[in-house]
Amino acid sequence: MTASSSFRFAAFTASATIGVLAGAGSYTFVKAEGLSYMSDDPAVCVNCHIMREQYDGWRHGPHRAVATCNDCHLPHDTLLNKLFVKGSNGWNHSREFTLQGFAEPIRIKPGNSQVLEANCRRCHATAVGDITAHGTLGVPSDPLQQADLYGCVRCHQSAGHGPTR
Amino acid sequence: MTTEPRSRIRRGHLIATAVGAAIATVLVLMLNRNVTIRQAEALQTSFMVVPIDETTVDPAQWGKNFPRQYDGYLRTADKYSTTYGGAGSDGMPKSRLEEDPRLVTIFDGYAFAVDFRLRQGHAHMLEDQRTTKRVTERPQTGACLHCHASNTVAYREAGLRHGAPGALTDAFASSSAQQQLMKGFEEICKLPYEEATMLVSHPVACIDCHDPKTMALRVTKPGFLRGIDALAKSGEPLPHLPSIERWRSGDRAKPYDPNTDGSRQELRSMVCGQCHVEYYCGPKATLFFPWNKGLKVEQIEEYYAEYKFANGAPFTDWTHARTGAPMLKAQHPEFEMWSQGIHARSGVSCADCHMPYRREGAIKISDHHVRSPLLDITRSCQACHRFPESELLARVATIQHRTKMLMDRAEDALVQLIDDLGRSKQAGADASRLQAAFALHQKAQWRVDFVNAENSMGFHAPQEAARILGEAIDFARQGQLAVRDANGR
Repeated sequence: MTASSSFRFAAFTASATIGVLAGAGSYTFVKAEGLSYMSDDPAVCVNCHIMREQYDGWRHGPHRAVATCNDCHLPHDTLLNKLFVKGSNGWNHSREFTLQGFAEPIRIKPGNSQVLEANCRRCHATAVGDITAHGTLGVPSDPLQQADLYGCVRCHQSAGHGPTR
Repeated sequence: MTTEPRSRIRRGHLIATAVGAAIATVLVLMLNRNVTIRQAEALQTSFMVVPIDETTVDPAQWGKNFPRQYDGYLRTADKYSTTYGGAGSDGMPKSRLEEDPRLVTIFDGYAFAVDFRLRQGHAHMLEDQRTTKRVTERPQTGACLHCHASNTVAYREAGLRHGAPGALTDAFASSSAQQQLMKGFEEICKLPYEEATMLVSHPVACIDCHDPKTMALRVTKPGFLRGIDALAKSGEPLPHLPSIERWRSGDRAKPYDPNTDGSRQELRSMVCGQCHVEYYCGPKATLFFPWNKGLKVEQIEEYYAEYKFANGAPFTDWTHARTGAPMLKAQHPEFEMWSQGIHARSGVSCADCHMPYRREGAIKISDHHVRSPLLDITRSCQACHRFPESELLARVATIQHRTKMLMDRAEDALVQLIDDLGRSKQAGADASRLQAAFALHQKAQWRVDFVNAENSMGFHAPQEAARILGEAIDFARQGQLAVRDANGR
């Protein structure tokens, strides 16, 4: 085998495997409805069935007419931040759902809690401005900060997802 | 000569790229397979492998179609214990009489003074009943099987033998099937236990709570069907059972039927209330739930006080051996106690905590390993209460510990009343002068027993449990005063 023919063989193999990867990858991406995740449609959040209860709750809850999942659960300060939070949540969710290693019931993490709180205040600023002006809101009444729900939703638990039962 | 090393380097890059792409393709295909599995799981959650109908009692047959639920059901054979419940991991469950010798005094003259053990899981209910000394050493009737066996089919077969119309394959809701059920229930209740127990072969099974065609929840035990209708006809407010309130405001043309009137969420408690209740199941009348006036301890007491057996005798479970007072025995009034608590009021059913949802892949099922929620706080409590497990456990422990402290005081007061009454009788006091004390003994003991026999150590309704125990202490001490007065001091 000459040097140039072996180089051609390597080039062919590399192109072929990259082609197979691209094919398998886009097939899987379409099959898993990958494009849908670029949208703000709440139905996307039940693609993987785990959020069914939260989705059903939202559909029966008072916020269904005015806010979607992303309105409350993603930051709206800059587009970059929104995409970063969406991307990191997307990565965490798909990793956990694929490997099935998470504990139930699923619980919100502190970072996402802060995003949520900021969004309550983004829309309800006029109503709660006087309450939040002195920073009293958002201070957890659980001194160890182990509870899931801080700030607004600690009392208004059913605002987003309707009654718990 | 100059191109040779350069092309070798570039060839190396190409080979590395090919290998990398191949590995990435394998990973992508693995992901593809995973996505396929998850999507397939969500499409179909049950598979009809064998046909099941109204004649299929054996849960193993149902289990072929519903293996996930059946796995959980089988695990009710597991032994476990919590601070105040469960039978531990040893062979025979611990004796409550050895744990609390006061109970020997309290139940003197009754079968519970002979053998009274901590409870085990559902899988053990039939063998436990067949082996307890309360059944082997004291004559009992077939009524006991109402709650310790799968008896829907056994009742209907007995009903058919005794002239009820139709066939065993009739739909459960049909009038003929209901007549078979009620006729057979009454006939089997009359049989001696040894004879009746030959007619059943399984502890509580799928068919007792599920429709074999639709898997919808349903109530099949005759005692509950009659009891809940009597309760619906009472004037007692029942905010936690809205379908009864709705039935009451209708024309009441038909009796209240939980299987058609009740909501799914209500049935998630009612199926448990078929057995986890107060009832009379002695030999002197057909088994009944005493709910005609309501579910509270004094409403049941009042109903018993007005109740007369067929021979005209007033209602009583037994006569206390030491005092001679007529006694009431509480069974396990979980449904009644839950009805008085904040969870019932908030629309939380038995199954929400005792059979919480569990996920397998993309499939969500209710856990048929029915057991104490304390063993699975994450699923049972945290679905609503977003606090750490240790915090929730501490809350329950506080409630149960407080109830236990109060119950200890109530039992002490009761035993002291029994001692006073016993001494007074030995000293030759006239029974006619002790009537007031007898009545107070019954009232105090009924209340202590109502909390003691109820399986939650007050948790199902903490304030109600404390109210009942407070009354028990008061009645016991009033009883002691009545004995003193009768003694003429």
